[in-house]
Amino acid sequence: MSVLIIAEHEHGVLKNDTAKVVSATQKLGKSVTVLVAGFNVAAVAEAASKIDGVSNVIVADNAALEHQLAENMADLVVDLAGDYSHIFAAATTTGKNFMPRVAALLDKVQISDIIEVIDENTFKRPIYAGNAIATVQSSEDKHIVTVRSSAFDVAGDQAPVAVSSFDAVKENALSSFVSQQETESERPELTAADVIISGGRGMQNGENFALLNGIADKLGAAIGASRAAVDAGFVPNDMQVGQTGKIVAPQLYIAVGISGAIQHLAGMKDSKVIVAINKDPDAPIFQVADYGLVADLFDVLPELEASL
Amino acid sequence: MKILVPVKRVIDYNVKARVKADNSDVDLNSVKMALNPFCEIAVEEAIRIKEAGKASEVVVVSIGDKACQEQLRTALALGADKAIQIDTNERLESLHVAKLLAKVVEQENPELVILGKQAIDSDNNQTGQMLAALTGRAQATFASEVVVDGDKLNVTREVDGGLQTIAVNLPAVVTTDLRLNEPRYATLPNIMKAKRKPLDVLTAADLGVDVTPRITTLKVEEPSKREAGEIVADVATLVEKLKNEAKVI
Ligand SMILES: Cc1cc2nc3c(=O)[nH]c(=O)nc-3n(C[C@H](O)[C@H](O)[C@H](O)COP(=O)(O)OP(=O)(O)OC[C@H]3O[C@@H](n4cnc5c(N)ncnc54)[C@H](O)[C@@H]3O)c2cc1C
Ligand SMILES: Nc1ncnc2c1ncn2[C@@H]1O[C@H](COP(=O)(O)O)[C@@H](O)[C@H]1O
Repeated sequence: MSVLIIAEHEHGVLKNDTAKVVSATQKLGKSVTVLVAGFNVAAVAEAASKIDGVSNVIVADNAALEHQLAENMADLVVDLAGDYSHIFAAATTTGKNFMPRVAALLDKVQISDIIEVIDENTFKRPIYAGNAIATVQSSEDKHIVTVRSSAFDVAGDQAPVAVSSFDAVKENALSSFVSQQETESERPELTAADVIISGGRGMQNGENFALLNGIADKLGAAIGASRAAVDAGFVPNDMQVGQTGKIVAPQLYIAVGISGAIQHLAGMKDSKVIVAINKDPDAPIFQVADYGLVADLFDVLPELEASL
Repeated sequence: MKILVPVKRVIDYNVKARVKADNSDVDLNSVKMALNPFCEIAVEEAIRIKEAGKASEVVVVSIGDKACQEQLRTALALGADKAIQIDTNERLESLHVAKLLAKVVEQENPELVILGKQAIDSDNNQTGQMLAALTGRAQATFASEVVVDGDKLNVTREVDGGLQTIAVNLPAVVTTDLRLNEPRYATLPNIMKAKRKPLDVLTAADLGVDVTPRITTLKVEEPSKREAGEIVADVATLVEKLKNEAKVI
């Protein structure tokens, strides 16, 4: 039996979380089907068919799937589930929303947020905000798994494989989409960026986040934030990095005016190189930083921008 | 409308979990325990809906050993009306928690169930979605705003791309995100009053749910440690090191 991966996409574009999930499943040595569920997603399906390791793509292109509501997504995946021993999705807010629903409808447990596949039924996953790593083994015959994509590399490219369509999509009467408020940004996405510069409560207000812009421009970086900065209304929620925000692992993470609470570290401590800028020499962020600069951020940020 | 709020006793969020020397589990001996922060937000939201005159009763339920009565009492002190403990010494998987909760939903018949989005021990983020599936109800996860509008809810959800608003029919299941509200503190008179509020105790067997584990934890390890690096003197040194030593810019 083979693997089904539910693709992650937005605005008609396949996100690279999907290629990371594909690479996570390679260890299983099974054939991989990618399901693309959405509306007007032909281009997404085509992109998925070119991920190295994918055997075929099923596309469910239907208005009922436009906003990927959990009820509709779960019913769709359950309808297709019979052929697969493993059902995988990225642990994004979309995957986290419908996958447990799939699991419960199939009467299976779910294994959340894996960072390693050991074998067919054994996986590693962080618990307690990443302060411990558990190796867990499931006795199920069908494995419902979400993947922490930051822990895996993007799979390579291949010549496109076959795409077939699935039309019997059901629409539930329980929930409906009302609106979406999105943050417009020219910058790379947090979960895809090689460099991230994040601001915390030390930034003092939203206007001061502009101090990070010039640096981000020069480094091609995404801008993130601590929960304190989001809660204080400096920046929108989708910029939050941490246990309950986004989990990132860029080549370079620069934390500015962030103390380094357990919950923030949970989201960034797997970054390759960490830089901390903080005026408090005892801030816990320095314990995980490769390079620390004990300084007032308002003094050093302009200087940093100028010297890049 | 009746609201059911499942709450979990977990390690206090300020405490850093330590792994046991034999790698069997996390050491919870004499560690400070508390109400899961997301559950506290769920209790607060239920109470606010009741205070706004849109709900008549708030019932809290916790699945765990006797110690979780402490968290139930906390929830009662915050303003819940009644508590249920489902007594078990096992650490249950989210699927089994959801199955037990589905039985409680059957008995209590709440129009709304509000759970935390995740328990900060297992970090599973599953139970609410599973409960919604098992009870055939609509789900609205990761809520940062809940508006009761007749027989439906308008819920704003925190998603990776920003904020999404959906409408769900009641009865429904909602899970809370951190910015939904700021929980109040229990006052001393309310803590005293809570001692006299009803707290029923049931068992998994009473509810007829098979909770045989399906997941075995083989090993619990410390994550690979990061070494603290060096403090650099100034911006110029930092930039030089990032270029020539770390080679990341
Ligand atoms: C269940 C739960 C989940 C959570 N999830 C997350 C999460 O996902 N992400 C997250 O980030 N947090 C999360 N938190 C919150 C977390 O516990 C911390 O409260 C938060 O990370 C603190 O943010 P901060 O470091 O910006 O603020 P603070 O802790 O207030 O730190 C501000 C820092 O800025 C420094 N500073 C101030 N002024 C200057 C200056 N002029 N120059 C240089 N430095 C300066 C200070 O020295 C201080 O170290 C969560 C909490 C809970 C309970
Ligand atoms: N043992 C439990 N007793 C009561 N509620 C629970 C229990 N475990 C989980 N929950 C509820 O489910 C939510 C999500 O938990 P989880 O899916 O385990 O991350 C929690 O915030 C609680 O509201």
